[in-house]
Amino acid sequence: MSAAAAKAKRAVRRPVSIASFAQSENVRRDDQHNEVEMLMPVVAEVFANIGITKNDIDFICSGSSDYLIGGPFSFVTALDAVGVWPPMPESHTEMDGAWALYEAWVLLQEGEIDAALVYSFGRSSPGNLNEILALQLDPYYLAPLWPDPVSVAALQARALIDAGKGSEEDFAAIASRSRKDALSNPKAQVAHDIPVETLLRDEYVVSPLRRHTLPPITDGAAAMVLAAGDKAREWSDKPVWITGFDHRIETHSLGGRDLTSSPSTAKAADVAGVADGPIDVAELHAPFAHQEIILKEALGLDDGVTINPSGGALAANPIMSAGLIRIGEAAARIASGQAARAVAHATSGPCLQQNLVCVLEGE
Amino acid sequence: MAERCAVIGVGQTHHKSKRNDVSIAGLVREAAKMALADADLTWTDIDAVVIGKAPDMFEGNMMPELYLAPALGAVGKPMFRVHTAGSVGGSTSLVAAHLISSGIHKRVLTVAYEKQSDSDAMWALSVPQPFAAPLLAGAGGYFAPHIRAYMRRSGAPEHIGRMVAVKDRINALRNPYAHLHLADIDMKMVEDSMMLWDPLRYLEACPSSDGAAAMVLVAEDSLSGSFPPAWIHGMAMRSEPTMFAGRDQVNPQAGRDCSADVYAQAGITNPRAEIDVAEVYVPFSWYEPMWLENLGFCDLGDGWKLTEAGATAFEGDIPWNTSGGVLSSNPIGASGMLRFLEVAMQVRGQAGEHQIDGARRALGQAYGGGSQFFSMWVVGSDKP
Repeated sequence: MSAAAAKAKRAVRRPVSIASFAQSENVRRDDQHNEVEMLMPVVAEVFANIGITKNDIDFICSGSSDYLIGGPFSFVTALDAVGVWPPMPESHTEMDGAWALYEAWVLLQEGEIDAALVYSFGRSSPGNLNEILALQLDPYYLAPLWPDPVSVAALQARALIDAGKGSEEDFAAIASRSRKDALSNPKAQVAHDIPVETLLRDEYVVSPLRRHTLPPITDGAAAMVLAAGDKAREWSDKPVWITGFDHRIETHSLGGRDLTSSPSTAKAADVAGVADGPIDVAELHAPFAHQEIILKEALGLDDGVTINPSGGALAANPIMSAGLIRIGEAAARIASGQAARAVAHATSGPCLQQNLVCVLEGE
Repeated sequence: MAERCAVIGVGQTHHKSKRNDVSIAGLVREAAKMALADADLTWTDIDAVVIGKAPDMFEGNMMPELYLAPALGAVGKPMFRVHTAGSVGGSTSLVAAHLISSGIHKRVLTVAYEKQSDSDAMWALSVPQPFAAPLLAGAGGYFAPHIRAYMRRSGAPEHIGRMVAVKDRINALRNPYAHLHLADIDMKMVEDSMMLWDPLRYLEACPSSDGAAAMVLVAEDSLSGSFPPAWIHGMAMRSEPTMFAGRDQVNPQAGRDCSADVYAQAGITNPRAEIDVAEVYVPFSWYEPMWLENLGFCDLGDGWKLTEAGATAFEGDIPWNTSGGVLSSNPIGASGMLRFLEVAMQVRGQAGEHQIDGARRALGQAYGGGSQFFSMWVVGSDKP
């Protein structure tokens, strides 16, 4: 089916705009603030950007993981960052904030409400991510072996090299470009200009992954306001619209997947209509450098597309927020006029197991 | 404009202390396959899967939707995870329903579970509160003072809690899936059981269960299965803060607002007269009279009088928790969904021994956190 025919067949969705976005400084360790204190300035900023208060919001959805904090119900107290009194319609997903955004977008589709607040937070510093993320694996057959996330990602990188789809030089080039771009991102945690040749002198962490191909360990939070109907126009002169949105998952068994491709991203991109028009900017949630190659192919992006001008997850990877930040960063490129149409992506699980694709357009 | 949504398939496991015969994947599949069979559908008919459970630490499996994707036939589909504390089973049902009512999907499978035997939920639920001495042991420790406050306010006599404990366990004898089947249950047995958190005795508290629940939700043009659909007449969620001096934990504003919202959607002005049967989250006996008032089934202070008069018993005019309720089965993450599922069964006429004759409209309620997260739906046999 041609792109035009596919577009004509696609269901018409209610236009929803990203009215405001805010994120915290992304840092290696923020041990001076609890989750509420981390979120409060971000929530205050996301409202102040467009001159609204929580009273203008109809629904709240957040994304976070108890395992990062090391205690159950971390989202419960985090809600104090908004101060839901009188009580408000509210929900929480134990997924990246990008999926919280999806839940809010779904509700806005019904036309009963017009504004939603989405926020997410992730503090990776209190625990040991290598141990924590191993608990995402099959609890009977894999997790007891404690495979750490870097080793798991290294299997994927090796498969990519073996398939002739990428090289260690390619991975280093992605890392070098991302962190150089991050120099212009005031929220970035890791930003520097180091040439590929220098990076390739790094020691292996787990072959073929050198230190520069790994995401940093980050504490950070992000928030977004969605608007539909009259509020979208009221809160922005030039709204950034969500014109396509979908997410898909793959099987859990690493041995049951072709780790060098991402069919779930491709499927989500198809449903979201990525190919319905040219893409100027892509913000891809690729925590490991080599994953950008897989995502670029799955999304059908050509070499003319600017990828991760923010520096991406290689510049800051606050787990549970990094996906939502990709959408916020892509929206910012449209709002600033640098891009007319952008795609943002979020991922969850080992080796890009679950993927979300969001198409954004200006007008 | 929201699309109509209906429940056309329900499934649940036999809830037990330990389901050592199945893995977590086996547990959720047991409920999901039953729901699909009820709907006369197969895995491939499903557009998306929405899964809910309480804290990941209960089973030691971080973000288990990842591991469970193939077990629930979700590969290549959207799979969404919900976690809103104790209300999660209810909110999971609602997130799934919104995928239909928003027009995004036609057929959604929703599943909720807990395998409590993998850990010790009592201590996992003993969350330290800021600026408070760490004296909490389990959820009952949190709620007992609020129950005392209710008794003081309402003047309710001590035996009301025991009546609820007995009534729900008698109802459970009609439900083959219930965890507790206490054939000899009576007031004396409850009174003789160990005091856990004054005024709550052991038999006034919910059990720890392994179990799962599942439902198939569809759009109006995608009905199937042999039982009639349960139409959703209203659905709502409300949250309020845990630590806020201005809140009333005995009669939370969020609960009142949530029920007002769901009644308005369903066109209900007199819940006691217009709701035929209700499944309400009562993990500790006294929450029945407390929620009777919070949900507007009576005036403030009168909830215990309804319980005492037998109004909420199986033969009463407002049967509550005919399945045996949370007091008889408590796979935490699924407990809210079991409430939502049971009322769907009632209006579909498929509740078997615990069917209320002629049930046409029913309320499902779940709450979580420190009585601060609420989710509710009203389902009916008539198309809204």
